[in-house]
Amino acid sequence: MSGILVIVEQSGGVPQRIGLEALSAGHALGAALGQPVRACVFGAQAAAAARTLGGLPVIALEHERLEAYTADGATAALAELIAAEAPDYVVLPHSYQVRDYGPKLATRLGRVLVSDCTGIVCDAGPVRFERQLFQGKLTGTFEAGPAPVLVSVQAGAYRIEAVPGEATVELRRPALDAAQIRQRPEPPFRETAKAVDLSTASAIVAVGRGIGEEGNLVLVEELAAALGAELGASRPICDNGWVGMERQVGSSGQTVAPKLYVAVGISGAIQHLVGMKGSECIVAINKDPNAPIFEVADYGIAGDLFEVVPALTAELSKAKG
Amino acid sequence: MRIVVAIKQVPARESQLKLDGPGRWLEEGELSFEVNEPDAYALEAALQLKEQQGGEVVVVCAGPERAQSTIREALAKGADRAIHIEEDGLAQCDALAVARLLAQAISAEQPDLVLTGLQSDDTGSGQTGVIMAELLGWAHATLVMAVELTPDGLVIKRELEGGWFQRVALPCPAVLTIQSGINKLRYATLMGIKRAKSKEVRRTTAAELGVPLESQLRLVALRAPQRTKQTQMLAGSAAEQAAALVEKLKFEARAL
Repeated sequence: MSGILVIVEQSGGVPQRIGLEALSAGHALGAALGQPVRACVFGAQAAAAARTLGGLPVIALEHERLEAYTADGATAALAELIAAEAPDYVVLPHSYQVRDYGPKLATRLGRVLVSDCTGIVCDAGPVRFERQLFQGKLTGTFEAGPAPVLVSVQAGAYRIEAVPGEATVELRRPALDAAQIRQRPEPPFRETAKAVDLSTASAIVAVGRGIGEEGNLVLVEELAAALGAELGASRPICDNGWVGMERQVGSSGQTVAPKLYVAVGISGAIQHLVGMKGSECIVAINKDPNAPIFEVADYGIAGDLFEVVPALTAELSKAKG
Repeated sequence: MRIVVAIKQVPARESQLKLDGPGRWLEEGELSFEVNEPDAYALEAALQLKEQQGGEVVVVCAGPERAQSTIREALAKGADRAIHIEEDGLAQCDALAVARLLAQAISAEQPDLVLTGLQSDDTGSGQTGVIMAELLGWAHATLVMAVELTPDGLVIKRELEGGWFQRVALPCPAVLTIQSGINKLRYATLMGIKRAKSKEVRRTTAAELGVPLESQLRLVALRAPQRTKQTQMLAGSAAEQAAALVEKLKFEARAL
């Protein structure tokens, strides 16, 4: 056997966006290599999700022991499937769930996951995988070992494309016994009601580590007020408790796409970039001219935020008259 | 209880990274190094558990000779002893190869719990802890925010996407990958630094552990990322930069 197998993450019968992006990556790889593509969905209502994926064969793994996600359950079910199907490539979304079971699944198969890829290059020569290193400051190109090659693709790296046609769904029941599953998960919960919906804000001023200490936040708050913007923050600032968790932008917080996004003292780790790179106009103010945030910015100011931010606030107030 | 914490030494966050001659790795000469930040939170979580429960915290670190400074710092903060798997060239190894080394060293310690950061700030593959769990045959949980010991194991709180959390019960021994920022990091005290000097650091190697250093993933090129956008960098004094930006936001981007 050969071919590409894409694991599409789903919840309650609905495929996740990042799973559909992985499917696009799988189709692109299949087209480049001339190899057939099939998909797999697992968990409660997997078959319902499978039917929405368009014209390709889809294996739906359903089992009562897969209804609540566990790393042990997902690994056992998918390892059995991959052994049976023997694909050359297994493409997964780099979701929180895959971060939890992907490395385990690869290890069980005697492989290492090529994780969090931003691109798969298939021109002449061996297939190569691009991923970010050093918090996005460098990009590495990798070659993988023997088949099956397991690769997870970063959120936003591939565009979702509707595939015409009807899915051919095959329902399977993996062999799972209770003793294999050691994690006992409780239902997910939210800590606080989300009081702030940054996703509808037309302008956001977001603050990161560069602000130094809590007392300096007032500078950024004044800028936000002058712009009529909501305040956002990167993870370390929320971890410190300086800004509420509900204002966190990034993979573990909110995904935003305002008309204007001003990043102040944010270096632009991947986890932050995935949450804001869809913004219409991005301004970055950072002392390090090589910070990755400048790669997604429309306008960049490499300088001392303690000088630039007050100057900007003053300029905006002047402009308003 | 015995807790092993796997830590890694990485280039300091503020480092200016320069590629080496062949463009295969970094020019390390001018870099300073520090503990991988998520691993610092894993160590703190272990020290807090030890304070509650008693027991021992053992640090294990794979890296070249320079990793000694990071190991000493962990001992100064309160770890009881350390194992240094001293190897050069681990930067060229994939996560599976490194996890094999760590798992082999950890297995001999027979711990109740293994903690490590959820990912490293350098290669960021986010896999080492999970791979170790599979190699050791133990249960694991990732993105852990809180750890509570129970009579038959532990209950952890883990982070899910979009502001959701979940509690999961696990048997021991278990491997947990710790999310950054879950606790307040302590500083090493002068007394701690003094005591660290007499604490045991056992040095070993891949050969001594009987683990071959074989990688499947091969880094073939390293480069600065391509800009996806044409960024206009604004020059001048702070006031000039501010004025230019407001002008551009108003009339070019029409974002004001």
